[in-house]
Amino acid sequence: MSLTLINVLAAVIIAIAFVAANAAYLVWAERKGAGFIQRRPGPTENGPWGLLQPPVDGIKLMTKQLLIPGGVDKIIFVIAPVLAMFPSIVSFVTIPFSDTIVAHNINIGLLMIFVFGSMSAMAILMGGWSSRNKYSMISSVRAVSQAVAYEIPMLITAITVVMIAGSLDLMEIVHKQSGGFWHWNIWPFQKGLFNILMPASFLIFFICSLAETNRAPFDLGEAESELVAGYHTEYSSMGFGLFFMGEYANIVIGACLTTILFLGGWDCPFGLFPGVWWFIVKIYILIFTFIWIRWTFPRTTIYSLLNLSWKVLIPISLFNLLLTAGLLKVF
Amino acid sequence: MSEPIVLQPDETFILNVGPQHPATHGVLRVKMTMDGEYIYNAETVIGYIHRMHEKMAENRTYPQYLPNLSRLDYLSAMAYCHGYVLAVEKAAAVEVPERAEYIRAITVEMNRISSHLVWFGAFVMDLGGFSPLMYAFDDREQILDLLEAVTGSRLTYCYFRFGGLYNDVDDDFIEGTRRFVKRMRKSLKMYHKLVTTNVILMKRLMGIGPVSAEMCQRYGATGPVARGSGINYDVRRNEPYSVYPEFDFDIPVYNEGDSYARYKVRMEEMEQSLRIIEQGLDKLPDGPINPEKKPKTIKLPPGDYYTAVEAGRGSFGIRIVSNGDKSPYRLKLRSPTYSNMHLFDEACRGMLIADALAFMGSLDLVIPEMDR
Amino acid sequence: MIIETVKDKLRGLFPTAAKPAVAEHEAEKPEAAEAEIGVFDCNYAKRGYHLDVRLSPEQLLTAVGILFDHGFFIESITGVDWIKDGQLEATYDFCRYDFDLCRIVVRTRTPRANPILPTITGIYSGASWHERETHDFFGIVFEGHPHLIPLLLPEDADFHPLLKDFKA
Repeated sequence: MSLTLINVLAAVIIAIAFVAANAAYLVWAERKGAGFIQRRPGPTENGPWGLLQPPVDGIKLMTKQLLIPGGVDKIIFVIAPVLAMFPSIVSFVTIPFSDTIVAHNINIGLLMIFVFGSMSAMAILMGGWSSRNKYSMISSVRAVSQAVAYEIPMLITAITVVMIAGSLDLMEIVHKQSGGFWHWNIWPFQKGLFNILMPASFLIFFICSLAETNRAPFDLGEAESELVAGYHTEYSSMGFGLFFMGEYANIVIGACLTTILFLGGWDCPFGLFPGVWWFIVKIYILIFTFIWIRWTFPRTTIYSLLNLSWKVLIPISLFNLLLTAGLLKVF
Repeated sequence: MSEPIVLQPDETFILNVGPQHPATHGVLRVKMTMDGEYIYNAETVIGYIHRMHEKMAENRTYPQYLPNLSRLDYLSAMAYCHGYVLAVEKAAAVEVPERAEYIRAITVEMNRISSHLVWFGAFVMDLGGFSPLMYAFDDREQILDLLEAVTGSRLTYCYFRFGGLYNDVDDDFIEGTRRFVKRMRKSLKMYHKLVTTNVILMKRLMGIGPVSAEMCQRYGATGPVARGSGINYDVRRNEPYSVYPEFDFDIPVYNEGDSYARYKVRMEEMEQSLRIIEQGLDKLPDGPINPEKKPKTIKLPPGDYYTAVEAGRGSFGIRIVSNGDKSPYRLKLRSPTYSNMHLFDEACRGMLIADALAFMGSLDLVIPEMDR
Repeated sequence: MIIETVKDKLRGLFPTAAKPAVAEHEAEKPEAAEAEIGVFDCNYAKRGYHLDVRLSPEQLLTAVGILFDHGFFIESITGVDWIKDGQLEATYDFCRYDFDLCRIVVRTRTPRANPILPTITGIYSGASWHERETHDFFGIVFEGHPHLIPLLLPEDADFHPLLKDFKA
């Protein structure tokens, strides 16, 4: 009994540590990546290649004063950043990194991740609303309409994959794709079905995870040239830090989910040495793509963003769902 | 026309954009009455860094006033100095050696490119793309280095003197400039590939912020704003001054009147400026850079004088009223962004806030120049 | 040539004063402020403008309307304080977008003690800021201006810095 408790505690601590380390070093990677794209060195001052920059930043953020502006809704204002970080940590508990490395696998893992994923939109709404700042309010309203718009195609695409795998268990979904890259869900010829829309589904899922994590070109929530800093305009110190880390943790989750659902999880592309390293390689390739996109594209506007979701992504993903269902019935 | 903002019923709220806001690039404030994300009404408030340059002119002699000109528009300071020295030279009948005029044209055009590069980077940054700024500043750095070697300053140049220049250019400058022209041509190609044809950018700019030619006339908009609205007006062409008639260059004009048209006008202007620089270097005559005979104290005969030049942002006009004294009786600076920005209030009504800020970026504002 | 057309039109404003219309006055001494009105040709190479139109305030709106109809755009509005004559001069610069180059200066004078001029914002919306600026600097009141509050000066400014008797 106590052993289970220790197991769970260890799992949670490892999850928190993984999320925090990832979030911190993704900031470093982002800055280095931006530097690489912009022909400049990026952080270099602290440690070799600036590798000590994240802890230094963390110390700076933690030692700053936590300002609570007058007139804000205090309780919500304080809860919001915690709520931004908390779901991402919990989501990691159920993400399988390999056959053995998973904190706690549950058979409805995918559902759980989506449940907690939608909580981050609420954190943004709470943060923006309670700030008593017009920019924050506009930003949070934007972020929520964006989250609502993009959760739908994301879920529909996920359901398509779930139908193919026949399970909500993330382990199971990966197992169904094992045995080389041609078995991955991204390809059209899965299980004798010839669903040519699967690559499109992958793209839709990827775009949605960009939008869900408020990344450029969909970073309308914190569009700093329009809304100053969006929902975290009024936050300082670790309040801001938690929002920031939450964003990066969400990126990792987005990359993990994309990998699990479409890229075969820890499965090796050539059927050799499956293991956690493949998973890591895949998620970091995806994360680099996130960074790459962010530093290359300008931002869209809220209406073209919503148009893209409601008029393009949702119809295509719905059609794909029907097609997959039909093909499953036929074959 | 900016009308007093009347509080509307509870449907609208007032959003105070600025004086400190990332998109205004300086201390500009726009009081926007918003209907959700749409702008119902806007009132621009300027004057936060008003320094009363015109009063300063009345208390200084003509040469003493030279440094003030580069504090107006810190991005294309050369053109403003050029306007001022041309105005005084014309009125005081000071001869300018040909070599000096050529060097003036070359440096002004280089400064125009550097000014447009800053605009390019900042504008794309307003739209949320960060990387072009770094590339643009990298190219601009080359210009600043070249100009620093010749003029002694990197931003607020005080290079032109009445009748000539402060310093002659050397071979290093000429070679460096030729190298820069080559480099810049390559960079421009890259910018077009990377930014101009970007789908998101085109969607953000096309059809956004329409400014009609009629509106330009009512507000007196000049420069790329007018040229983006199908008005073929460039002071260098319409009212040739200095040695510009000697150069072969085109004035890019687009009829759409949207932000994308203004974007393309500026991008092409950089190419045309490169052509001017190249021709200027080819034709650069030998000779003195300062006139042999120059009056010791500059005094303008009584009367009033008007001179306009094409600065980075449009037609910069300078009106000097003289009573024959050592300093002007009255000096009026007509700044182009002042007129260009004025049409923002009318044009941005009904726009999304994101589009309005993109539109504001396409007007290419330099606040110290508006506030003077 | 647009300059001839405009000149004729503007001269129509001065039916009685046929005399200055003929005079090729060089306007050498503007500070000698006999309040002469009329349309004067100017030496462009020296002055930088072609026509110097001196009006009384009542004629301003008509003259500006003529210029608007002929496609002139507004460059700027400013003032000059002729303290010796006890008058404030408002100067309106106009130019054209096409290659038919013609710069026109419209001037009008108003007594320094009670400077009131009609607004031209009804014709050129862009005059709004220029008039507010002139009001800031010289205290000229533009009658009918929709929003004549300080633009460049602080909102509670009650001084006019470009007046010659202004002491900081």
